[in-house]
Amino acid sequence: MTSPLQQKLKISGPVVVTANRLADGAVVYLSADRAWTTELADATVTTSAPVAQELLAAAKGDRLRAVDPYVAPVRVAANGSVQPGNLRESIRSAGPTIELPATG
Amino acid sequence: MPLVKHGRIVADSYVRVADDAPVTDDAAVIVPAARFLADAGALVQRGTPTGVLWPNDRRISELAPWLDRLALVALAFPIFRDGRAYSQARQLRERYGFRGELRATGDVLRDQFLFLIRAGFDSLEVKKDADAAAFAEAVGRYSVFYQPSADGRVPMARQRLLSRSERSTAGAVQPARSAPAFVDSD
Amino acid sequence: MYLYDELDRTLVAERVAEFRDQVARRLSGELTEDEFKPLRLMNGVYLQLHAYMLRISIPYGTLSAEQLRMLAHVAQRYDRGYGHFTTRQNIQFHWIKLEQLPEAMADLASVGMHGMQTSGNNVRNITTDQWAGVAPDEIEDPRVFAEVIRQHVTLHPEFSFMPRKFKIAVGASAHDRAALRIHDLALRLHRNDAGEAGFEVMVGGGLGRTPFLAKTIRPFLPTRDVLSYVEAVLRTYNQFGRRDNAWKARIKILVHDLGVEAFAKEVEAEWQSMKDGGLALDPEVFAEIAARFRYPAYERLDDSPPALVQARRAERRFDAWVNNAVTNHKVPGYAIVTLSLKPQGGTPGDATAEQMQAIADLAERYSFGEIRVGHEQNLVLPHVAQHDLAALWRALDEAGLATPNVGLVSDIIACPGLDYCSLANARSIPVAQEIASRFRNLDVAQNLGRLHINISGCINACGHHHVGHIGILGVEKNDEEFYQITIGGRADEEARLGTLIGPAVRYGEVADVVEDIVAAYLELRERPQETFPQVVQRTGIEPFKERVYAAR
Repeated sequence: MTSPLQQKLKISGPVVVTANRLADGAVVYLSADRAWTTELADATVTTSAPVAQELLAAAKGDRLRAVDPYVAPVRVAANGSVQPGNLRESIRSAGPTIELPATG
Repeated sequence: MPLVKHGRIVADSYVRVADDAPVTDDAAVIVPAARFLADAGALVQRGTPTGVLWPNDRRISELAPWLDRLALVALAFPIFRDGRAYSQARQLRERYGFRGELRATGDVLRDQFLFLIRAGFDSLEVKKDADAAAFAEAVGRYSVFYQPSADGRVPMARQRLLSRSERSTAGAVQPARSAPAFVDSD
Repeated sequence: MYLYDELDRTLVAERVAEFRDQVARRLSGELTEDEFKPLRLMNGVYLQLHAYMLRISIPYGTLSAEQLRMLAHVAQRYDRGYGHFTTRQNIQFHWIKLEQLPEAMADLASVGMHGMQTSGNNVRNITTDQWAGVAPDEIEDPRVFAEVIRQHVTLHPEFSFMPRKFKIAVGASAHDRAALRIHDLALRLHRNDAGEAGFEVMVGGGLGRTPFLAKTIRPFLPTRDVLSYVEAVLRTYNQFGRRDNAWKARIKILVHDLGVEAFAKEVEAEWQSMKDGGLALDPEVFAEIAARFRYPAYERLDDSPPALVQARRAERRFDAWVNNAVTNHKVPGYAIVTLSLKPQGGTPGDATAEQMQAIADLAERYSFGEIRVGHEQNLVLPHVAQHDLAALWRALDEAGLATPNVGLVSDIIACPGLDYCSLANARSIPVAQEIASRFRNLDVAQNLGRLHINISGCINACGHHHVGHIGILGVEKNDEEFYQITIGGRADEEARLGTLIGPAVRYGEVADVVEDIVAAYLELRERPQETFPQVVQRTGIEPFKERVYAAR
């Protein structure tokens, strides 16, 4: 859970490229056609380091839409659904683990 | 890399001399610090203006003995976030009373122009053309300031003690404090 | 309450316009993220896990009701209906959109609020005692000096690109409620033998990876010299602080590397060259700023009015709250009231927009329109007439703001942690909630007495865990959350850093560990008034360590 931005690129399993959307800071994932989606289910998953490198490079070049992209681990369940690969990514994907203060 | 001096883009009348290149007598020159110190006595007696490029990790006190004979001091911003030269600039102007041209070099960007002017710089080697063109806009962003500073504008604390009529002129930029020892060729 | 004038507001408005332009240039791609990031940080705009976070400056923790209402408006309009009060007396909003920031900042500017210098390598919010101006034991209101310094360091051309951030605190009482010694620069106002007021100047405090307590470099600085001296310290730091390693760039490292004497000599040499220049505090200028601090027109009232005495007898819960959350005021007949933002099940330091509105209304009604923010993440109503306490309590109780746990074990100080913050290694809020739940019985909490638990989700130590009586630091091991536990820290005038008691424990065990530590304290204390840190100082950590790790 140390920020992946400080880690060297290590791929040992399926990964996606993720970032924050420039305009509103929302969590986004790189999907087909180098588009950005807020749905992890639509993200491009790869187990290949060269592919991940290429996707990351494309993401970094997209300075108008995404900020600080990096490669994040995912888990692919038996039924093929893509889940976040660690606690940090779970929290990014699903939001804070605590109940937000009630609003009127 | 456009040079902005006293608010305008101007041609640079100084020539940067590399460490081992000869210093000619027919041009205004900017000499690297080590080179300057090794030969300072001779260099300040030249017929044309002499300037020094001073690194941001050396004390200004080392340069102090020569300041009254230097036409220009260039200070360095290796990256815009490295703000050591702001302190050097203020020491040059306020502690040592340097009145020659004070130039900012390196990673000099639009959003630092106002800080640079207020710290005492009067010329900026600007990194981006678009930023140089926007100089007036950038330094015009603020009309009020809390601190006294080199650009002569009256700080807020003092402004409050002025009458209303005096206050309206207090925000205007005064002419630069520095008076070059040599005639500018711009 | 400091009244901003047209000039102050002009500066803030111009800052909004500048930032609006910078955001536009970023959104259009004219500015890269590398060029934009320091600029947005200088306005308190962080990029966090889920969204941008906006940190708004609350100078020396003082707010007007009007300003608090505006914070409620920002929470509702631009965020998700709540805000978080921080350990530096500021407020944070966690769900901000960059493209809406110029509007939000324009709204805040209309009441003189901004995010200037709440981030970035500049001088941050100057903090002080949340009871400043009303505490019986202070010699003078430190906030006037805090304001003088604040103005001087705001958009200061020389000190906007320093090696790292710089945090200043000002205090004016022997009992330190502002955690002075964990600051880069601390100024403690006191009187010398001749009765003159001056500052003890302390430099080099700071937590994080290498925690240090600040050291005195000048025992007495006349008040007229405070600005020039602060500049000398800042200039010394700006020139000689390390630039090569962000973890070693704070002034505490410089002081440690040079040694306190050598460091002090550098500052003195710099100061000697400038002390009689334009920064000597002009009495006229000082008086003008001091005059814009408006103090309430207090009535002449008696202490312990009969209505209050009766109400305390009649309602046990009210009495418990008065005992816990109400303290003596320097003016007879008045009281200082602390509003706990640590209700059971809540997030420490959070307040909803509705609560903020309610507090603003109550402040207008009962506190001359003024609110304070404390570094323990609670709020204060500083000017409450004692005869109003019962009515105030009823309203606070209804709004969930009257939990009588101020300063107790469940009044936990916690950073947002991994639930929000991109720097975090582990979560802190659910840990705080679980611990608070174990001690939800108020009689139990009362019996323990003053007990500060501080939780940080990473080594940046925004929860100030190093100086907690019990400090909890989240770390990561093999993708799992673990927590290091320290005990015996203190943030007051006897400041000390806590001591690690043993190996880090898992997320699920932290609350059990805290219960064990508390149980050990109860067994070890020689009388109820012996506080937790006093016991730790007397016994050392061994008995606690044994108790916690015996079965683990």
